[in-house]
Amino acid sequence: MPSKTRVVTTINGEETEFLCEPRQSLLECLRDVLGLTGTKEGCNDGNCGACTVMLDGRIVTSCLVLGVEAQGSQITTVEGIAAGQELDPLQQAFLEGAALQCGICTPGFLVAAKALLGREPNPSEERIRFWLANNLCRCTGYDKIIRSIQKVAADRQGANT
Amino acid sequence: MAGGTDALVHLRAGRSDTNVIVDIKKIPELMETKFDPLTGLTLGAAVPCHQIYENTAVQSAFPGLIDSTSLIGGIQIQGRASVGGNLCNAAPSADAIPILIAYEVTCLIAGPEGRRKVAVEDFCTRPGKNILEEDEILVSLHFPPPEKNSGANYLRFIPRNEMDIAVVGVGVKVVIKNDTFKSARVALASVAPTPLFVREAGAILTGQPVSDASINKAAQIAKAAAKPITDMRGTTEYRKHLCEVLTRRSLQTAIARARGDQS
Repeated sequence: MPSKTRVVTTINGEETEFLCEPRQSLLECLRDVLGLTGTKEGCNDGNCGACTVMLDGRIVTSCLVLGVEAQGSQITTVEGIAAGQELDPLQQAFLEGAALQCGICTPGFLVAAKALLGREPNPSEERIRFWLANNLCRCTGYDKIIRSIQKVAADRQGANT
Repeated sequence: MAGGTDALVHLRAGRSDTNVIVDIKKIPELMETKFDPLTGLTLGAAVPCHQIYENTAVQSAFPGLIDSTSLIGGIQIQGRASVGGNLCNAAPSADAIPILIAYEVTCLIAGPEGRRKVAVEDFCTRPGKNILEEDEILVSLHFPPPEKNSGANYLRFIPRNEMDIAVVGVGVKVVIKNDTFKSARVALASVAPTPLFVREAGAILTGQPVSDASINKAAQIAKAAAKPITDMRGTTEYRKHLCEVLTRRSLQTAIARARGDQS
C-alpha cells in the first residue's frame, strides 16, 4: 500500500481534512473517503460530467482531478448548493420541471448550472446548451433541464426588476 | 502532469507505464501568461484553456488561439486542460496544434543539459509521441508578436456541435498588405500521423492578391498534402474534401480578421 497523503481543503464551506492515496481521484476521495456520495461516477474519463464539482471557482470533472491536487482548495459539491434545509432554486426547478429521471447526471447538471448562473445571470438557450455540453443525460433529452435553468434565470430577472 | 485530462485517462486505461506523476502546475513559470506587444506571448505549458480565452490581451492579439482553446472539450475540461498538454499528448487530431504552427510558435524545453528551443511543427513525431527526451519537460510556448494587418483562425469539422474529435481541423494565419498576401501559414489536424504543416499552401499565397483564385489554389494544395486514413470518423476522400473546404473558409475568416485590424 502506498503511503497516504494528508489533504486539507474547504468543502462546502467547512474545513475538511482527509487522507488519500496518491492515485485516488478527487471523486473517489469525495465518495469513498468522505462519504459525500451526492457526486456521482458516470464514465470516469471526463466525458459525462456526472462528477462535476466546483474547484476554486471553476467547474471540473472530479474524476480527472487527483485528490492530492485538492490541497488548499475550495470545493463545492451538490451537497453544498442548498441553503440548509431549503433547496436551491435550481434544485426546486429541476423537481418541479421533471428535469430528472434516474438522477445520476443530476448533481453534475446542478453544479454546472449553478456555476453558469453565478457568472451569467441571464444566459441564452444556446449558451446554456454549450455550457452543459460536458454533461450527458440519457433519460430526459435535455429540454426539461434547459427549461428549468431558464426558469430560474427568468425568476431572478423578475425578482430584480 | 498539467491538467491531467489526457494523462489520467491514459493511466487508468493502462496505456501508460508511468509510475510517478509530478504536478507541474506548482512551477510558476509553467503557469504564466506573459504578453508584450513588442516581444509577443509566452504561454506557460500548464496554463489551462480558460485562462487563455478569458485573457483580454490574448483575445485581441491571438484570436486563432481563442478559437482553439474555447472548443477543446467542454467547460469542465477547459478549466483544467492546457495547450502545452494538448501539444505533448501529440494526437494527430489535437485542436491546439495547427494554430500553434500557424502562429510560428517556438517550444521552450528544459532538461538536465539546459534549455533548448524547437519549432512547434517539429515537436510531434508520430501519434502520441513527441521529441521530448524522458528527462525533459515543455516549459512554455512563445508566440511572435502579432504583425500589423494579420489575422488567424482555427476551424474544425465535427458531425455535432461540440465535444467531439476533429474529422479535420485547419489552422491558418495571414498577413495582408494592400490587398496582397505578405505571408501565410496553413496547418492541418487529423489528416496525417502528426499535425501537418503545409508550408507550400502558405508560400503560394505570398505576393498574391487576396482573391478567390489565390485562396482556392492554397486550398487545393492543402487537399493534396493531406494523407488521411479512413476510420469511423470519415473516409480518406471525405477528409481530403474537407481539407479543401475548411482551408478556404479558414483563410476567409483570417483575412476578414486581418482587415478588421486595418480600420
